[in-house]
Amino acid sequence: MWEYAPAPESRDIANLKPSYKMFVDGKFVEGTGEPLKTINPGTEEVLAEVSTASESDVDTAVKAARKAYDRVWSKMPGSERAKYIYRIARQIQERGRELAVLESLDNGKPIKESRDVDVPTAASHFFYHAGWADKLGYAGYGPDPKPLGVAGQVIPWNFPLLMAAWKIAPALACGNTVVLKPAETTPLTALVLAEIIQQCDLPPGVVNIIPGAGDVGAALVGHADVDKVAFTGSTDVGKIIQGQLAGTSKKLTLELGGKAANIVFDDAPLDQAVEGIVNGIFFNQGHVCCAGSRLLVQESIAEELIEKLHARVSTLRVGDPLDKNTDVGAINSREQLTKIQELTAAGEAEGATRWTSSCPLPDKGFYFAPTVFSGVSQAMRIAREEIFGPVLSVLTFRTPEEAVAKANNTPYGLSAGVWTEKGSRILWMAQRMRAGVVWSNTFNRFDPTAPFGGYQESGFGREGGRTGLEAYLDV
Amino acid sequence: MSDRITVAKTYKLYIGGKFPRSESGRSYPVSDSKGTFLANAAQGSRKDARDAVSAARKAFGGWSGATAYNRGQVLYRVAEVLEGRREQFVTEVAASEGVALKKAQTLVDTAIDRWVWYAGWTDKIAAVLGSSNPVAGPYFSFSTPEPTGVVAVLAPQQSSLLGLISVIAPVIASGNTCVVITSQDRPLPAITLSEVLATSDVPGGVVNIVTGRTAEIAPWLASHGDVNALDLTGAPADIRADLERSAAGTVKRVLRNKQNEDFTATPDMSRLRAYLETKTVWHPMGV
Repeated sequence: MWEYAPAPESRDIANLKPSYKMFVDGKFVEGTGEPLKTINPGTEEVLAEVSTASESDVDTAVKAARKAYDRVWSKMPGSERAKYIYRIARQIQERGRELAVLESLDNGKPIKESRDVDVPTAASHFFYHAGWADKLGYAGYGPDPKPLGVAGQVIPWNFPLLMAAWKIAPALACGNTVVLKPAETTPLTALVLAEIIQQCDLPPGVVNIIPGAGDVGAALVGHADVDKVAFTGSTDVGKIIQGQLAGTSKKLTLELGGKAANIVFDDAPLDQAVEGIVNGIFFNQGHVCCAGSRLLVQESIAEELIEKLHARVSTLRVGDPLDKNTDVGAINSREQLTKIQELTAAGEAEGATRWTSSCPLPDKGFYFAPTVFSGVSQAMRIAREEIFGPVLSVLTFRTPEEAVAKANNTPYGLSAGVWTEKGSRILWMAQRMRAGVVWSNTFNRFDPTAPFGGYQESGFGREGGRTGLEAYLDV
Repeated sequence: MSDRITVAKTYKLYIGGKFPRSESGRSYPVSDSKGTFLANAAQGSRKDARDAVSAARKAFGGWSGATAYNRGQVLYRVAEVLEGRREQFVTEVAASEGVALKKAQTLVDTAIDRWVWYAGWTDKIAAVLGSSNPVAGPYFSFSTPEPTGVVAVLAPQQSSLLGLISVIAPVIASGNTCVVITSQDRPLPAITLSEVLATSDVPGGVVNIVTGRTAEIAPWLASHGDVNALDLTGAPADIRADLERSAAGTVKRVLRNKQNEDFTATPDMSRLRAYLETKTVWHPMGV
């Protein structure tokens, strides 16, 4: 195995400030909630103090969004909205390096991922949706589809900036105004995005960003003057929100958890498949709702594949998120680390065979060595529950029919992977997967032009593409 | 022989392609708009609803896997058989809704035409709602609409045939299967419709029709783990929010229709879209 010298990106690039304020009505203001301290999960040191919203701040933000909607944004021609959104895309690109370093500091993800995936994809979401703003009549929802009004959006901590982009870009393009609550543990890049939005001179109140914990999210989605709620996060919270909105006229879209099957047939190119499996479960420390967390291997190649997988996973470098050589960064929080530890303990207790990479882990910070469970049966918790960490469960199958049955044996339905050289089998499998995204001979690909979202308890509504506009239009 | 004694029909449930009585053994009297007794309808129970969900789930694989052309022909066949029973429906709609024969004729004609309209959609939905996605990389990515699964439909309480057809046809056109709770007080045209479905190539279980008390049966469907979507159209106002809350327990897609939906108006695609999932498939390109 190669030795690597440390190649850390400088944290100065993040322009970290000692304190951050919430962004309401075009201004950065102190929230009246209890300020939170956001930490670097890679070192456990405090990064900054962030003001949070109280219930009255939520109300102020929604009022600002309503005023901006009524007086400015809903009346503005789409061609003018488009130019504001293009500006945001460009500024994200211009400040890409700063955003990437800040994201890795606050979230713990490796710099190569924040630099190459999160930030560029965030920019591309704004760029793509900007172009829709004056072309909505061509989207297939009638000649002049109308916006909904004020959108209340709550996003998770796994892709903080990217999720903000996925939420804000289509909302603005369709003519809505926004109040967004970033995750409690990762508020920083959303607040830099707010700075960008301010510098892009968006009319005050069009975008409001209010940090805080779950209670702020609950107050936001429950606010009487919010017309549209978009939530990305756990299925448990998604169900609570859907229940909370029962009997109202608020439009809801949910992007929730997953337990994706990544299915490898005996004719698959094994080395490629191994790369895809590794990407599928260890990308972003496995903090991915569409992670390929259940590997289904055809029985005849199981032994060989698992051997190759162990060899490959052993080479993954776990550690400093800012090091450009790091493959797997820090787990986002102690709470999440505890959850992963608890579920892996359950895997062992239920009789699965645990293999964990012997890679060194830093002394400080929240880290979990890549882990592969084999001999997993469908009834085990590690085959049913979303672990949201670098833990893979391996199951086997004999026939394509059995692979389909096992893959679909879950209340979720966000994504699936299929590895085979046989084209007809790919299409046959893709047709039978009850999942919103099927990656064949690849995994974890995202693009603003490609609709993303789940079946069943992985949520409803899509983000991206023409289909994704429906979530923000009164149709 | 004008005073011949007519043969009165027994109105039963329609589950899995068969016509069972309610397992509960219950029935309830159905009257016309003036209160004159018309018939006894089966009063479906919680267990009837569950049987209907099982039948709908069993039929889902075959119906959703059928070609769109095949589904289009089957649905068109339904319209043909409806046309043949036109006079019977006119009589039943007139009695159920208390409208004049001429008005009932218009309603039935519109209902048959509505069915033809949806029959024509089956093989166009994917082209209109799907896409090939120009992603920024060497991949072919396409998105296609697929049926959500088993849909529980609370049929409109007022419009006994046109409304009923307007809520069923868009569900099954795209490949979903359904369990329908009929109008509580006007269920007879729905049972006659099930006789049409049974004789027009629609596989058993694709449409299951349960008569009875909406407020009694609907909660069991709203909370049922194997129901994927819920149409609240005919839900009593006082339980709509409760049904929606129950539906949240399994993240069901819930159609909250607009109040007093006018079924005589030309529909758009929204009822089709309500029960569709978009699936995006990726594959690398390379030599």
